[in-house]
Amino acid sequence: MDATIENIAVSQRANLEVFSGTLQQLAKTDRDIIVVTSDSRGSGKLVPFGQKFPEQIIEVGIAEQNLVGVAAGLASAGKKVFAVSPACFLTARALEQIKNDVAYSDNPVKLIGISAGVSYGALGSTHHSLHDFAVLRTINNLIVVAPADNFETEQAILLAAETDMPVYIRFGKKQMPLLSEDEKTFEFGKGRIVREGGDITIIGTGETVAPALLAAEKLEREHDLSATVVSMHTIKPLDYELLQNIAATGRPIVTVEEHSIYGGLGEACASFLIQNNFCNRFKIIGIPDEYTVTGSQTEIFNHYGISEGGIAAAALGLVK
Amino acid sequence: MLKVMSEKELAQKSVEYRKKILKYIYQAKAGHTGGSLSCIDILNVLYNYSMNVDADRFDSPDRDRYIQSKGHTVEALYVVLASRGFFPETDLETLCKYQSHYIGHPTRKVHGVEQNTGALGHGLSLSVGTAIAGKLDKRDYRVFTVLGDGELPEGSNWEAALSASHYKLDNLCAILDKNTLQISGPTSAVCNTDPVDDKFEAFGWAVRHVDGHNINELMAAFDALPFEKGKPSLIIAHTVKGKGVSYMENQLKWHHGVPDKQQYADAIQELDELEETLA
Repeated sequence: MDATIENIAVSQRANLEVFSGTLQQLAKTDRDIIVVTSDSRGSGKLVPFGQKFPEQIIEVGIAEQNLVGVAAGLASAGKKVFAVSPACFLTARALEQIKNDVAYSDNPVKLIGISAGVSYGALGSTHHSLHDFAVLRTINNLIVVAPADNFETEQAILLAAETDMPVYIRFGKKQMPLLSEDEKTFEFGKGRIVREGGDITIIGTGETVAPALLAAEKLEREHDLSATVVSMHTIKPLDYELLQNIAATGRPIVTVEEHSIYGGLGEACASFLIQNNFCNRFKIIGIPDEYTVTGSQTEIFNHYGISEGGIAAAALGLVK
Repeated sequence: MLKVMSEKELAQKSVEYRKKILKYIYQAKAGHTGGSLSCIDILNVLYNYSMNVDADRFDSPDRDRYIQSKGHTVEALYVVLASRGFFPETDLETLCKYQSHYIGHPTRKVHGVEQNTGALGHGLSLSVGTAIAGKLDKRDYRVFTVLGDGELPEGSNWEAALSASHYKLDNLCAILDKNTLQISGPTSAVCNTDPVDDKFEAFGWAVRHVDGHNINELMAAFDALPFEKGKPSLIIAHTVKGKGVSYMENQLKWHHGVPDKQQYADAIQELDELEETLA
């Protein structure tokens, strides 16, 4: 039977909880840390933040356009602003505000997309964000990040608070296993190699890196294939140097993302490879262009092969 | 430092600004003529009488902020900023030209511009955020934004209007440039927003009406801010699209119409004659 994320993540927290805890740590010593919510403090695990720092949380109600516009205004006055809303609403309903008020106006708001991808599971497509990488990649002056584990989430929040650029960070609400005890460096735009291998490379992002690691273990265990696994937490700017090194080995590459197969991590990698004359065998795993199947996040992942078995099978398909 | 102008000086300045708006639109062969002429008296009184803002101290955290929500009438903002020393007026020779920073909507690449606007319905939320920051930091600055009546159907305005009263932003003043015309017709025919005063009052704002071309009324309104402690203020400025050039006034085609050589000469002559009466 396949291993599951749940039974290897028992000692860890959801990235969402890490986000909330990190923000509280920051707010203790920095009164310029401001959270803006759109009736999302509960789903953002920000109730304790609001209780401890009532003057540092601004509530706009269910009004995402205003959420982002107000956040941009606060940032222009020197505040370190985290605008927190479900990724689906934040990046679709308020897209024009992200484009104009944040990125184009260079107001360094930290846009936090909670319950990203298919985290909301059976609540359906209205609540899924499978478009955010694609649309936000096309917007100039915006860093796009999907941290995989608790470590990356904490680091991303700490870095975001200090950077003078607009940043979008998205994560889910499920407990996530620690990817690596050894690889403890994190910077935007630099992918993390969380497992070294010699036969194939699996590049994941966000909550798909954990199943990618499980798939690598399965390939080793059952097929004597060793896989490198990369957490490409920053979708933009993409780590071209790392991609170049990976491609230069000539080994097959599988990308895996909790996003439409269009316009996300996979196509970003493919674009780089093809324009730099690499012709590695290549497969994009993600959510296909169809009405997404109903189910929990795990069930949806399994359905579309974002799983130990699915990723391993895709890898095998490229090797043979 | 701002040398506060007298009512007479402001009236003269308005004519000068109108001539410059027309000059640069005529040269660029592009611009939003009618709306720039309808909001110019508001901007004139803001920048030369009411607001605490200077080119030399534009980075001061205590400066008053102006955010132009109706970004398309940027020519009005450009001529005012140039006259206040934010940049040499000769820069406007490049308006809308290849590689110029002086594009058809405000951008922060131009000294003195607070926010990049142009998509409608954004200025009020930006202003609300900036005003909240002022309250949090216990600073005395005020935030001004000019809205167009045509942009009011954008729902984001009403989201922002709610937040402004929820947070009791009496350091925020929106001025509605109510020229009653938008690109496809009278605002009342396109999407009626009247009675707009009742709507904003119901949203928790304090509202006043002024003649948006009467310098004295504008000065008095700005002097009276905030109209009510604990409430954001709305000045409904009743204006005329194309004001000051008789053949443009209330004519829809001058929304972004550009005068030809004869029309430009006629307009300047009319404004010159007005200027003489104010001397």
